[in-house]
Amino acid sequence: MSSVSIAKTSRESVPANVGGDAVLAVEDIHKRFGETEVLRGISLTAQTGDVIAILGSSGSGKSTFLRCLNFLESPSAGRIHLHGEEIRTRPDREGSLRPASHGQLTRLRARVGMVFQQFNLWPHMTVLANLIEAPRRVHGMGKAEATEKAEALLEKVGLADRRDYYPAHLSGGQQQRAAIARTLAMDPEVILFDEPTSALDPELVGEVLGVMASLAEEGRTMLIVTHEMGFARDVSTRTLFLHEGRVEEEGAPEALFSNPQSDRLRKFLSRHLT
Amino acid sequence: MNIDVMIAALPKLLEGAWLSLQLLFISGFFGLMIAVPLSIARSSPRLAVKALPYAYIFFFRGTPLLVQLFLVYYGLSQFAFVRESPILWPVLKEPYWCAIITFSLHTGGYIAEILRGAIQAVPVGEVEAARALGMRRSTTLARIVLPRAARIALPAYGNELILMLKGSALASTVTLLDLTGMARTIIARNYMPVETFLMAGVIYMTITFVLVRGLRFIEHRTSAHMRGRPTGPDTAPPESIA
Repeated sequence: MSSVSIAKTSRESVPANVGGDAVLAVEDIHKRFGETEVLRGISLTAQTGDVIAILGSSGSGKSTFLRCLNFLESPSAGRIHLHGEEIRTRPDREGSLRPASHGQLTRLRARVGMVFQQFNLWPHMTVLANLIEAPRRVHGMGKAEATEKAEALLEKVGLADRRDYYPAHLSGGQQQRAAIARTLAMDPEVILFDEPTSALDPELVGEVLGVMASLAEEGRTMLIVTHEMGFARDVSTRTLFLHEGRVEEEGAPEALFSNPQSDRLRKFLSRHLT
Repeated sequence: MNIDVMIAALPKLLEGAWLSLQLLFISGFFGLMIAVPLSIARSSPRLAVKALPYAYIFFFRGTPLLVQLFLVYYGLSQFAFVRESPILWPVLKEPYWCAIITFSLHTGGYIAEILRGAIQAVPVGEVEAARALGMRRSTTLARIVLPRAARIALPAYGNELILMLKGSALASTVTLLDLTGMARTIIARNYMPVETFLMAGVIYMTITFVLVRGLRFIEHRTSAHMRGRPTGPDTAPPESIA
């Protein structure tokens, strides 16, 4: 847990199913690696502005679940809808679902942002070049426009003076903030965070969580796999606890943290909330 | 040791060196053109796609360059359709082009294998980041994978270039007067093998030296992202947000 405390967002918790038009609707995702079933049927619906924290011990399948959502990992079964459009799939010989249309998948991926544990910035490009690459190549945005937008985003994540640096010249926290800005440059409708602070030195965690909290405050739709309990409690609108590939418990963060129903969550919290 | 003999041989040897350099750079260029698509196909997970480049690389790495050169120079002209072709024959009757073709195919196989290793050494996370942002496979390849692989492969490519410089001496076996061929011709007249070959060796070493320095320069130019920080208003601790 980080020593930085994040102010509770003032936003009212949004009642579920307002309008009924979910940004992201995930039905019954299964994932098998050979004999091991890592995900055993996970469903989730994210409305606009939802900040969903996904907790669980290592091996509970939370990162795999997130990676299945944009098909970096092929789920074995399940359906994924983005704003009502289903990602079309077909089963392959090994029993995984493959995207039926790479064109559709690529198009949908451009609308789903992802922030990785290891940042995954492109080391041969400056920070600015990292930010303008996808808008230019995917959306065909002009260089001047993309640069202007990138500079505004770098300002927002506090890296305006680092635009011409290469990633290797930045601290871990700065790299992750640049990676978040790179994702934002595509105007994603939902952002997936895959343990965004797990690779950081403890004193650098706060600056990244700060950026994420400000995104939540803007009303961005976010799915966050994290070990930062304080952050999950304070910033998320809904919290999921995964255990052995299933949603063990789910609900408002206050209820989940103060009044866990299952033994497993109680044990998990007692280990992580010391 | 007769210095005068060495100096007398120098103009002719430099003429030969010029031919060696042509063979090196022309085949180095075409080899690279062959290697890029070959290495991309070779990196594919699909058997049908990688089988042909695999066989190609296996053949050109598995047989001596001299054998390959003889197959092209002596072998192809055995076929009547080659001799009668108005396109193939004007090219293949020239030892110069036979050497260029053979060296290109040969070094292409080696460079393809170097590039294949480099492509697979690009961290998978960087590719995933591109794919997750909605970049197409071809865009990811052109913008992320190949530039990264090129930088990773550069030292090994330089080594291959140096090996090819010395491999080009085999051109002398098909009547070409490259540096080695020229040295042998001069020796046939002056009967001074030590001086003449020594001089040829010095020229080979000089070329190698220039190649090594040139490659180091390119490596330096393309590795800005791995060196010290840029100068400017920095080193200040990261400003806090929130």
